[in-house]
Amino acid sequence: MNLRSIPFSAWIGIIGIAIALLCALFAPFLAPFGEREVVGDIWLPAGGDFLLGTDNLGRDLLSRLIYGARTTIFVALAATVLSFALGMILSFTAAVTGGFVDQFFSRFNDLMMAVPTLIFALVVLAVLPQHLWILVLVMAVLDSTRVFRIGRAVALDVAVMEFVEAARLRGEGNIWIIFREILPNTLSPLLAEFGLRFAFSILFLSTLSFLGLGIQPPAADWGGMVKDNKDGIIFGISAALIPGAAIAALAICVNLVVDWLMKRTSSLKGGRGDA
Amino acid sequence: MPELLSVKNLKIEATSYPPGEPPKVVTLVEDVSFDLQKGKVLGLIGESGAGKSTIGLSALAYGRGGCRITGGQVLLNGRDILKLGRGGINSVRGRHVCYVAQSAAAAFNPAHKLGDQVIEASLRHGIMNREEATKRALYLFRVLGLPNPETFGDRYPHQVSGGQLQRAMTAMALCPNPELIVFDEPTTALDVTTQIDVLAAIKHAIEETDTAALYITHDLAVVAQISDDIMVLRHGKTVEYGTTKQVIEAPREEYTRALVSVRQAKRDEAPDQTDTLLKIEHVHAGYANGFKVLHDVSMHLPKGQTLAIVGESGSGKSTLARVITGLLPPSEGRITFEGKELPKALKGRTNDELRRIQMIYQMADTAMNPRQTVREIVGRPLSFYFGMHGAKKTERVKELLDQIEMGTRFLDRYPAELSGGQKQRVAIARALAAQPELILCDEPTSALDPLVAEGILNLLLKLQEETAVSYVFITHDIAIVRAIADSVAVMHRGRLVRFGPKSKVLSPPFDDYTDLLLKSVPEMEIGWLEKVLKTRRMESAGN
Repeated sequence: MNLRSIPFSAWIGIIGIAIALLCALFAPFLAPFGEREVVGDIWLPAGGDFLLGTDNLGRDLLSRLIYGARTTIFVALAATVLSFALGMILSFTAAVTGGFVDQFFSRFNDLMMAVPTLIFALVVLAVLPQHLWILVLVMAVLDSTRVFRIGRAVALDVAVMEFVEAARLRGEGNIWIIFREILPNTLSPLLAEFGLRFAFSILFLSTLSFLGLGIQPPAADWGGMVKDNKDGIIFGISAALIPGAAIAALAICVNLVVDWLMKRTSSLKGGRGDA
Repeated sequence: MPELLSVKNLKIEATSYPPGEPPKVVTLVEDVSFDLQKGKVLGLIGESGAGKSTIGLSALAYGRGGCRITGGQVLLNGRDILKLGRGGINSVRGRHVCYVAQSAAAAFNPAHKLGDQVIEASLRHGIMNREEATKRALYLFRVLGLPNPETFGDRYPHQVSGGQLQRAMTAMALCPNPELIVFDEPTTALDVTTQIDVLAAIKHAIEETDTAALYITHDLAVVAQISDDIMVLRHGKTVEYGTTKQVIEAPREEYTRALVSVRQAKRDEAPDQTDTLLKIEHVHAGYANGFKVLHDVSMHLPKGQTLAIVGESGSGKSTLARVITGLLPPSEGRITFEGKELPKALKGRTNDELRRIQMIYQMADTAMNPRQTVREIVGRPLSFYFGMHGAKKTERVKELLDQIEMGTRFLDRYPAELSGGQKQRVAIARALAAQPELILCDEPTSALDPLVAEGILNLLLKLQEETAVSYVFITHDIAIVRAIADSVAVMHRGRLVRFGPKSKVLSPPFDDYTDLLLKSVPEMEIGWLEKVLKTRRMESAGN
């Protein structure tokens, strides 16, 4: 693989993600104002001292957007990665071992999915102490039920192939079979799901923030910022649209990169000669 | 006599879209010409990719999956059917020219009764009314030797066997009383014992109805029984075109000679068959749902020799391989390897026991992980069993690639970048890497073209000489048995019918089943079919 083989669309995605990550990492240096600092009047229009205007309390929108990138990306990414790790390991184990283990995992998964996600999250988060890692964990566990479904379905298709049988005959353990034989052959659908799930995580996080159980104010997060500024829309103030656009842009960038990775992994010739 | 079908300078092209490159026009068939008279049969023969199906379909002016007929003429009764419009060609297809596909199971609509599908074309073209068509279908069912012809049409496709389905499809093609039928490998997917019945039925039916036919196959012995003329194709070009007698008995071209002489190899069995490596004693096995597949099977295999297990599909020969590997633990009986009883289930066996028995599958495509390179595929057993790594492992992988007669340039290729024969060779290298004492070969050549298959068989024999490895060779092909086996086990419906040294098993006196099996294998001899049919009951009319 060389840099020239990366298509243009993927470059856009990579650059977008890089900007978001830079913002997240160097927020204190990049942001013109503090995260919680009230610097002016409320809902000032863009331009002048405040590049993107101010929010409903008179805080600088750009600064909050930059600080918000931290929490939003961290929580959403951590939750998605965790949910995939959890969902994939469990689903592949279920598909490879079969029998009782498969039944147990699958039925437990059905049970989890039977409870509406949002209500589940609300109850759990209301009971547990409000820590960031608990929030991430709850989101990850709830999302992993969806990953489990897909993971098990695709892994079952691969697990019956003869090369898996050949690996068993060689005496390979389940770990090898899962990670070396099955995983590489299931990456494409799982990557596609990853892009989608990441976007959903951001939305789910903002939903939770909206209901007061996500990121706690005054800490900034993009979903919370939409909520804070939503009333402005009635008065023709577009402050809520800016964090909304940031969420959309990030989701699109992630999906552009995922699309490219998917094309690479779906090629049976090791990505050679692929666009 | 005027020509019924006359193909002149046919040229067929398709466009391929290699990723990252501009689309390319590929010529599939070039400058092919032949004539076919009324009531005659022309055999089109060649390996996969030779363009034989593509040429066959051109008789219906049809290009499959993006193929375009770009040059030449296809004259049916003197009329160029390539120039007919859409409406014009529709009145030819299914009326003057009919098509019989390879997989009848996939070609019938499972939701409709066979009878309705057989007469559909005749009704649609308004050739007959329902009553006449049903009568003709009944007549054809009789001619084709189908059981209970009166009620056969009331059945659904899944209720009849593969051989019957293929005959029903022939009836469907014959029903509108066409002038020409295109048979596209009609017997390839069938067992030998079934194949001969279907072959006889087809031959009888086209003689009876005086229909001309294009018969497409890769098996020269089959086509020798049925056709008047033969055209040998390779890479979309005509290699040789002549009467059946001339092509079989005095082939002019090198390639045809190779095709004729393939499968004629014979090997003498090893004289000493006492030093037993593998012993299977009174094995019974079945699946969890209570379906029993193997009944009291016993056989043994001497060191460094080859045991061929022969039988048709459903005879339990692949199940026996699963029992030997431990994938399916037997319910009764025992398997001894080098004098030591093998644990029944895979889980109970040590890595060393696993190493000594390796397996080669029929479909090399699915037997290798498509995401691993040849280096990884062949290298894994080396690191798994012998702890090799780094340069030493690479060195050994290269050695193995040399042994299977493939160069080191294949090291970093993925299976998708190899041809069918190369894939099977890599699978053999993977098995060899474990330095096994026994390799189970589950029909490793039946998905390959005859010449490629012959190469694989020769390779296996060479490896046996070099490494003294033993083979259990599962096959349905008696010719292969003759070429490589030392001892033979014949299986039928989960039971062992006959077992012993090759010379004994393959010479009389025969039991009924072995007799049937041996007589069903087409031989490269004109008139063989008639000769056999005289001595052989149409036992498998039920097939």
